[in-house]
Amino acid sequence: MKKLALIIVILTGILLMYATVDFPPWGDPNSPASRHVSPRYIKKSVEETGVPNIVTAVLADYRGYDTMFETTVIFGAGVVCFFLLRVFKRSPRKESLYRHLLTGLVIRVREDMQEEPDLEEFERIDTLWTPYDLILKTVCRIMIPFIQLFALYVIAHGHHSPGGGFQGGVILGASFILLAISHDLRTMLRRMKEKLHTVLCAVGVMIYAGVGAVCVLLGFNFLDYKALSPLLHTTAVMARSYGIFIVEVGVGIAVMATMIWIYNNLSSEGRYDEGL
Amino acid sequence: MFEYIITKYNYWIYITLMMIGLYAMISKNNLVKKIIGMNIFQTAIILFYISIGAKRGATIPIIEHSHGHGIIDITRYINPLPHVLMLTAIVVSVATLGVALALAIKVYKRYNTLEEDEIIKKIREDE
Repeated sequence: MKKLALIIVILTGILLMYATVDFPPWGDPNSPASRHVSPRYIKKSVEETGVPNIVTAVLADYRGYDTMFETTVIFGAGVVCFFLLRVFKRSPRKESLYRHLLTGLVIRVREDMQEEPDLEEFERIDTLWTPYDLILKTVCRIMIPFIQLFALYVIAHGHHSPGGGFQGGVILGASFILLAISHDLRTMLRRMKEKLHTVLCAVGVMIYAGVGAVCVLLGFNFLDYKALSPLLHTTAVMARSYGIFIVEVGVGIAVMATMIWIYNNLSSEGRYDEGL
Repeated sequence: MFEYIITKYNYWIYITLMMIGLYAMISKNNLVKKIIGMNIFQTAIILFYISIGAKRGATIPIIEHSHGHGIIDITRYINPLPHVLMLTAIVVSVATLGVALALAIKVYKRYNTLEEDEIIKKIREDE
């Protein structure tokens, strides 16, 4: 079996290497891919949309449909993870562990007691609990606000520098995941409730599709941001620039929420009580 | 011949990466290793697209502000289109990775193993 696989793979590789004879050399400005539509984007994007970052302009304006459905795919992936893994039954693990903060004593509490001990001196800990590392926790606590600030900058400054909704959304999601890894899943869930990130995921996609729907209502094509100019009291070019920004914010929210959603479901096997 | 190698060896690197990914997907027994192979494959495709958009001596596709609305020299900026396509592809690949891992967790819960041959054996026993 393995030999057969190796033969197939090598055959595919040889065929592809043979195909590279017809490919343009690296860095050729006249390669076929660079001759057809990209010159128009490079020449016209500032003039038509007022966005210096051509990638953002093409992503959210010229190829708006494509990006909208990519966002929908990400949303769909989050939904699939939810439906595959999330369990709402009480976990088969009947006990949970609580640690007394002052003495470090750990007590076991039967789940059938229903009421969890709500004393301030006790905190819930994972079954596989490692002692707290002061340096790790402190550094993460200091770093996370700056990571989130940077993520917002990446989303908001996507018009003028490398960045945009996808990148900023992933950084924002990663900051929450860092919180979950450095502390525990419950600490993160107190700040970003399950209901909240699920709703945010849908809201992000809805902002994107909603902007398109507003354009249709105003009598233009779907996702033709020129339609927004009377609403925003600007010229058609600036309306396209603002339309791209609104859409990028939607993408950022959707991507952030999906990353958190997938992580929560994967790390806790859908139980949302004990993470990694 | 030497010219051919010096101008096209970038494609060979991606093909080698793609072969590694494909081999892992076909021949590895462990499902997580298969998923890793899939990711290597995706990375090869992403690198391939990005290298198509490269132009020698050009910079990133962000129009410099001093240009204003004057004539823009297209050879100064690399092709933005492959970057747009791969930007979405990267995030989508992360999302599909999440789905694949979720499926792997489900399989592990049901069969208590991630080895493909053992899973097939257990499915046959169930029938």
